[in-house]
Amino acid sequence: MLGWLFASSADRRLLGTDRFRGPTPWVIAIMSFSIMLIAATGLALASTASALNRGIETRYVLQVPNGGQNLGALIAMLKSTPDVSSIEAVPESEMRLTLGQWLGPAADSADLPVPALVNFDARQGTDLGAIQKRAQAIAPGAQVSAHRDRVAPLLRSMHTLQWVAFGLVILLSGAAAAAVVLAARGALDTHRFTIEVMHGIGATDLQLTHLFQRKIALDALAGSLGGAAAGALVLLLLASGASFVGELTGGAALSAVDLLVLLSLPFLLTALATWVARMAVLAALRETL
Amino acid sequence: MDGRGRDEELTAIAEFDSVGLRYGTGAEVLRDLDFRLANGGFYFLTGPSGAGKTSLLKLLYLAQRPTRGRIRLFGEELSEAPRESLPPFRRRIGVVFQDFRLVRHLSAFDNIALPLRVAGATDEEVEGPVREMLAWVGLADRASARPPTLSGGEQQRVAIARAVINRPDLLVADEPTGNVDAEMAKRLLHLFTALNRLGTTVVVATHDVGLISATAGAEMIRLDNGGLADPTGMLRNPPPRLG
Repeated sequence: MLGWLFASSADRRLLGTDRFRGPTPWVIAIMSFSIMLIAATGLALASTASALNRGIETRYVLQVPNGGQNLGALIAMLKSTPDVSSIEAVPESEMRLTLGQWLGPAADSADLPVPALVNFDARQGTDLGAIQKRAQAIAPGAQVSAHRDRVAPLLRSMHTLQWVAFGLVILLSGAAAAAVVLAARGALDTHRFTIEVMHGIGATDLQLTHLFQRKIALDALAGSLGGAAAGALVLLLLASGASFVGELTGGAALSAVDLLVLLSLPFLLTALATWVARMAVLAALRETL
Repeated sequence: MDGRGRDEELTAIAEFDSVGLRYGTGAEVLRDLDFRLANGGFYFLTGPSGAGKTSLLKLLYLAQRPTRGRIRLFGEELSEAPRESLPPFRRRIGVVFQDFRLVRHLSAFDNIALPLRVAGATDEEVEGPVREMLAWVGLADRASARPPTLSGGEQQRVAIARAVINRPDLLVADEPTGNVDAEMAKRLLHLFTALNRLGTTVVVATHDVGLISATAGAEMIRLDNGGLADPTGMLRNPPPRLG
């Protein structure tokens, strides 16, 4: 099936031995570089969103507006509730530290009514209404809310960005394919005489196509590997930032599967370019006798 | 369709039946051609410039389809055959073009080897026959020379070697002696007659009267203004008036 890739030296000489003269490898390198970065961004977003979602899926917060006088009773109530676990009260000092970002030194004032927050996990199907009622019996005004409700807009934006990244990868692949079609037509024009001679002595369309296909496949492979290598270098430079995101979300920004996907991109781009070149050359040859 | 089918039954290698050819919307350059070329025959195609000799040869070597009429080659109707079926037939035809049609960036060796390689021969299989052919046309020491560095006569000889290397069933030559000296012309004619004796049908378009008269047993097809000059049949060679 890939026999055409291993042409004899005589077959290689038929189209001349000039390598990387035309713009094709460079255009594909640029496309590959861009695709690599966009795909990595999309995958990192997906991975981050997934980690974030996993982390907050069953996470809830019990909020008491007027401080934590009844905090102990509330925690005891939660502990006694079936299907509730990982109960953590947010220390008041941490709350004041957070509020300090907006209020400045006023956040340390004893007069400031600092709300009390208790985070907890609850299994799916847990009656949160009942928990809220019991909490309100202890501390009026207590509210139970899901973390995911607060993060939902962010997650939606992340999902949208993932699709945008996916769309850009498709668009760039399409642009690379269009560049290959132009390159194939250019190569056919350049070698029109050789094609006529070869046809005249009985060469089949497939024999001729293999020559062009191979040349364009090698150009595309060189271009896409070069572009992907440059993209990988940029990603490595951004790795510290990525690891920060990983820490933030409790997992690596790019998983092993993501890395495999990224690794396969230059080869997929080469396969696409080769297929497009084959179709373009065959279509052009069919217009001759 | 098979390029090698029904050989034994063949008496005619090519049959033209009311064939006409026009390019685009112009006038017919060939009209009402009715003739047959016997398998193993030797034919000279003559006529004034513009009579349609090259167009007729193009029909013979399947570079052109007729705009009307039917052409049978090797026993198969090929006028309207799908283009995918043509390569096996083309491999049975050797062509010497008037303008040589050598691939400029390939060496003389590679140009001559082309038909063998297209037919699937390996580098080892190609080496011997090509060297032999190079020696025969007197270009053994020019094997790696590219066409632009060869003289017109040398290019002509490479073109002829390429046309005959795979012992074609039909050899079509357009003015093959136009660029060679008398000695080489004699050697080429000798090659053509030798191939003809081995069973190759030879069709040579030429103005070279000497070539025609020197070939015993050859027949002549004379074209004039796109039609056969002798529509009742082909003239025998050598035609007294041309000698």
